[in-house]
Amino acid sequence: MSAILPPAERLWYRHPIDRVEGTWIAIALIWCLVMFAMMVGWHVWGKQNLSTETYRTTPEKFTAKAQAVVDKYTVRTETADNTPVVAPPPGSDVYMIARLWSFWPIIELEKGKTYKLHLTSLDYNHGFSLQPANINIQIVPGFEHVITVTPNQAGTYSVVCNEFCGINHHTMVGRLYVK
Amino acid sequence: MANTSYRTCPRSGLQFEAHAEKLMIANAVTAVVFLLIGGILAIGIALTRWPAIHWLQADTFYMVLTAHGIDMLIFWIIFFEIAILYFCSSTLLRCRIATPNIAWAAFALMLIGAVMNNLAVFDGGSSVMMTSYVPMMAAPSFYAGLILFAVGALIACFVFFGTLVIAKRDKTYQGSVPLVTFGAITAAIIAVFTIASGAIILIPTYLMAIGWVKEVDPLIYRTIWWAFGHSSQQINVAAHISVWYLVAAVAFGAKPMSERVSRSAFLLYILFLQLASAHHLLADPGLSTGWKVVNTSYFMYFAVLASMIHGLTIPGAMEVAQRQKGFTKGLFEWLRKAPWSNPTFSGVFISIIGFGFLGGISGVMMGTEQLNMIIHNTIYVPGHFHATVVVGTTLTFMALTYYLIPVLFRREMILPKLAQWQPYLFGFSMYFFCLVMMGAGTLGVSRRHWDMAFQGHALAYEWPGAAYLMMGLVGIAGIAAIVSGGFYILITVGSLLFGKRLDTGNVSPKFTPIPRTAPTVAVQTTGSMGFAAPGTFSLAMVFLLAFILYYFINWKYLSTLWGLS
Repeated sequence: MSAILPPAERLWYRHPIDRVEGTWIAIALIWCLVMFAMMVGWHVWGKQNLSTETYRTTPEKFTAKAQAVVDKYTVRTETADNTPVVAPPPGSDVYMIARLWSFWPIIELEKGKTYKLHLTSLDYNHGFSLQPANINIQIVPGFEHVITVTPNQAGTYSVVCNEFCGINHHTMVGRLYVK
Repeated sequence: MANTSYRTCPRSGLQFEAHAEKLMIANAVTAVVFLLIGGILAIGIALTRWPAIHWLQADTFYMVLTAHGIDMLIFWIIFFEIAILYFCSSTLLRCRIATPNIAWAAFALMLIGAVMNNLAVFDGGSSVMMTSYVPMMAAPSFYAGLILFAVGALIACFVFFGTLVIAKRDKTYQGSVPLVTFGAITAAIIAVFTIASGAIILIPTYLMAIGWVKEVDPLIYRTIWWAFGHSSQQINVAAHISVWYLVAAVAFGAKPMSERVSRSAFLLYILFLQLASAHHLLADPGLSTGWKVVNTSYFMYFAVLASMIHGLTIPGAMEVAQRQKGFTKGLFEWLRKAPWSNPTFSGVFISIIGFGFLGGISGVMMGTEQLNMIIHNTIYVPGHFHATVVVGTTLTFMALTYYLIPVLFRREMILPKLAQWQPYLFGFSMYFFCLVMMGAGTLGVSRRHWDMAFQGHALAYEWPGAAYLMMGLVGIAGIAAIVSGGFYILITVGSLLFGKRLDTGNVSPKFTPIPRTAPTVAVQTTGSMGFAAPGTFSLAMVFLLAFILYYFINWKYLSTLWGLS
């Protein structure tokens, strides 16, 4: 009789469906299929898809590669810590290290050019939150994530860590320039 | 197991077995204690993230945030859910509870675990957030507490299953179990899977904390932890939706529009909900596009479909019941003439609408592979889950408590006027809280972050003014919600302590079986012939429109971003 009593018919799966319910189920199912198609279709026609290119790495290996790029392409240094600003040529690989509690180095890219951005963490989980563009990617230690990026707007961007990483988490912020 | 008695409540006709009744009371009261602790902690979070106040120190803030998450998401909700499981088995099926002593042992384990975990967090060395991603480590007792709690909850689930067996054996009912019990079974099955996942990942992490295991892979931890962390929220969904059906039944005498539809929707939860936990890993390295898409679209959307079905059938059942009472004018007379001053009903209705419009729609956005990039780890995420867990689960449990105070606790409710207002105050301040949080998240503001101003930092990022405004509103709405949540605690605890005692009703040493329900005319006419709930259907269309619109707005926003591949 009601939802807190056993159903009147012994076989609940023979209970009829009202047209309101039937129609709604059909509409909801179609909408779910549209959303599915959108997600797949964006991989074909959309321009914002997160790369899945990933390699296992170690802090030593990754730091060595990042250091090599810094040595080759540093154009100046900024802040009191002399953080290098790296401007590699378009199409090249560029490395960013996340660690407690900084992003290193500062990167300078050109608008409309494509780069391969390598991300890893040397210790805990960190977050790569590019602001104000609002692109958010998880950084997991031990994994080198290679993301192909094409900046579409010039400006000064910040990289905010948005994965909790300990007591000074809120001081972890880096920079990225697009010319 | 003969020393028991069965009390028939004179106000509701429900039959309570003595052991089960005490167990429900113990679990529900403990739940409310954790809600109180979590609520007090919430003050610290709201007043710290409100940029103009920025109250707590950083280390205290992260500690308080860790405790708030665990106390609310795990302890408050699961203690209450265990009470609901016992209610849906022993009370609704009118049988004795299986192995009451083991059920008490389960309760003790859960309590010891919860206290142990809280002590570890308040000791200060375990501010690792609820997710506790390795290799960041908490004190061993942090994990040990969670493991003990999980074992206790698992045992309680088996007591629930055992009680179902007893009801079947003693023939306390005929045919299938009631829909609400069916939903509770769904919740318990999901709970078993959830707790198993928790054990698989927390036990090695505990061993790592005490030095027996050298390393737990961070990505494997994230993958399995979310099978626990996300699925535990699915227990809530199954449980609070069961309560929605229960409230529709007790407030309106509504019966499900179609048992087949509602039960099949619950089955979809069992089959697909857990896989949806993959959407927490959409921004992670190392997982293939195929894995992400299959899990979050193919599998998650079947669970979304199930929620969309419940979202229609519950108000639909209310509408059908109201129309049978003669409220048939226009599309919405049934809704206007609903018992809006009954907090059990109003709480559930506000919960259904908020869960669907705020929690449901935002959840699908976050669970879409590409859209996740504009949301991942921003404060949009807590905006979403406060809409699902607080507006959805917590508000529903509050509404249920108002029903249970006279029925289970045998007390007259104190401050009935305040109780009438409480679901509105709490519900609407939470609506606003979630909306402004999602607003701030859309501007990119990070979650779990002590200082959005990056004071004194050479590379500080300056958030737009609108983000500061939104975070100020988050603080104000948060405080409003905490105060109205406090009213709930005041009313419940006050009623338990000072409410007028109500009569016990008939006590008998033997259970009275549920009489066989005769197929009624209504059962045969609510069928494929009609269009029984046009009002609900038009509300569903409004929902769909909002969903579609917001979905494509987000894609438009995404398309303006940097090229990524």
